[in-house]
Amino acid sequence: MHPARSIILFTTLSGLGFGLLAWLGVDRSPPTGWVAFVFFAIAYALAVGGLLASTFHLGRPERAWRAFSQWKTSWLSREGICAVATLLVMAVYGAALVFADTHMPVLGFLGALLALSTVFTTSMIYGQLQTVPRWNSALTPFLFLTLSVTGGALLSGRVAVATILLIVAGLVQILWWRKGDKAFEERGHTMGTATGLGHEGEVRSMAHPHTSPNYLMREMMYVVGRKHAQKLRVTALLLMSVVPAILLALPAPHLFGLLAVLSHIAGVAASRWLFFAEAEHVVGLYYGAR
Amino acid sequence: MTELPNLTEKKLGLVIDLDTCVGCHACVISCKGWNTENYGVPLSDQRPYGDEPMGTFLNRVHTYEVQPDAGPAQTVHFPKSCLHCETAPCVTVCPTGASYKRVEDGIVLVNESNCIGCGLCAWACPYGARELDQEEGVMKKCTLCVDRIYNENIPEEDRIPSCVRTCPAGARHFGDFADPDSDVSRLTAERGGIDLMPEMGTQPVNKYLPPRSKDSWRDESLLAPYLEPVSEQPSGFLGWVDKQLSRLPGDQKENL
Repeated sequence: MHPARSIILFTTLSGLGFGLLAWLGVDRSPPTGWVAFVFFAIAYALAVGGLLASTFHLGRPERAWRAFSQWKTSWLSREGICAVATLLVMAVYGAALVFADTHMPVLGFLGALLALSTVFTTSMIYGQLQTVPRWNSALTPFLFLTLSVTGGALLSGRVAVATILLIVAGLVQILWWRKGDKAFEERGHTMGTATGLGHEGEVRSMAHPHTSPNYLMREMMYVVGRKHAQKLRVTALLLMSVVPAILLALPAPHLFGLLAVLSHIAGVAASRWLFFAEAEHVVGLYYGAR
Repeated sequence: MTELPNLTEKKLGLVIDLDTCVGCHACVISCKGWNTENYGVPLSDQRPYGDEPMGTFLNRVHTYEVQPDAGPAQTVHFPKSCLHCETAPCVTVCPTGASYKRVEDGIVLVNESNCIGCGLCAWACPYGARELDQEEGVMKKCTLCVDRIYNENIPEEDRIPSCVRTCPAGARHFGDFADPDSDVSRLTAERGGIDLMPEMGTQPVNKYLPPRSKDSWRDESLLAPYLEPVSEQPSGFLGWVDKQLSRLPGDQKENL
């Protein structure tokens, strides 16, 4: 799949933002006043910035409001609703902390639940697609949720929890890659089943319907990135999990904590790039490719 | 809206005969023409005369080579457009309700004025039947020529999809699959019509007729009697002359 910059930015940043909101929501003694303001400002900048970035890949962004209507069947619609609900609930919760010095734990829990639902619904946009076997797995929401909670813990300065979660996130990522690498073969989709000609003999694509790439090939058959996939995986894993975990163990928590956050974000972005670039859509079979 | 109907009154769709298709792409062109001039926004082209031209098409013809275990390989031309699936995954993923499947005839359509161009329906389709128009930013797909099949302003013989009307080989057929006696239902039954990627569970309405098995040269050909070598031995008067001459010495029989 084509790794669109807007979608990578969106899933990476808003994942972090909603993760931070979730931790702020369940905090027993949350920050108040200016400190709370800074935390909520960061969380909202990431969450809203990500959501705005996601509208850049729309063909008709001015109609984006219509996307709230089909929550009965569409994960994308559900995501939109969860995101807005989270931002509204957490705005009240945050405003109470910043301006009134008041902690409303029930509202916080509700906001945290909504924040995690937002990440879950985002992940299901990809996880639901049978056409991309690598994504179509229960591990996909698990990976997105783990990364979001990890990033949130890191951003909210929970060193002990973050260290454990960084290691867990790394392991989930490795598991997701290993399972994903086998997914396409396991489903049994071949050029034979795609064309229905498989029982007649071996099928080979002889001529494409068009002489240069079309929308389908640009969007669904992104093969450029696969060449260096293994090296990128190692880089992503190091930046996302290993380096931040080491940095957190060093003294001077503010400096190294900031570096850990930056490293983690870069790692998650690299992992998200691979998430798209390595994903094979079954439509590639019609073109004799993956 | 984006909930699929449990049952549609009709199941309109196409039968595509892979045995008959000659791969001329006439259906592609007539589809592009009709759907650019009529319902919905035009199907745009990008750099049509430049490097890497690109455009929106609702119907594409692939060409495959099928190599059996024994015998010569076979070329199969393979037109592909929306299959108007009964459990269309493209419809349920749509966040705006722009994509829908009609209860009355099962046609899957896009309401272009509600489409936000997110592209998720194209991702959900296993067949590559949907293309995002690069000019308009909305999703385009086969409408089964909904503006022809019910159109009383055009002659009755034209009230079929443009691709079917155009096909010079008669490789495309249009009809109602809900009626077991319709031409398309009978064709599918007689020729063993198949679904594409049945393991996806999309239950496509459109069916493909596999190529018929080809004649083999090993068995006696119908033409064989006409291809027997003509006798080289002269008969009648010429035969008598030949015989008499052969008796004379000096003939170079061995060299003949």
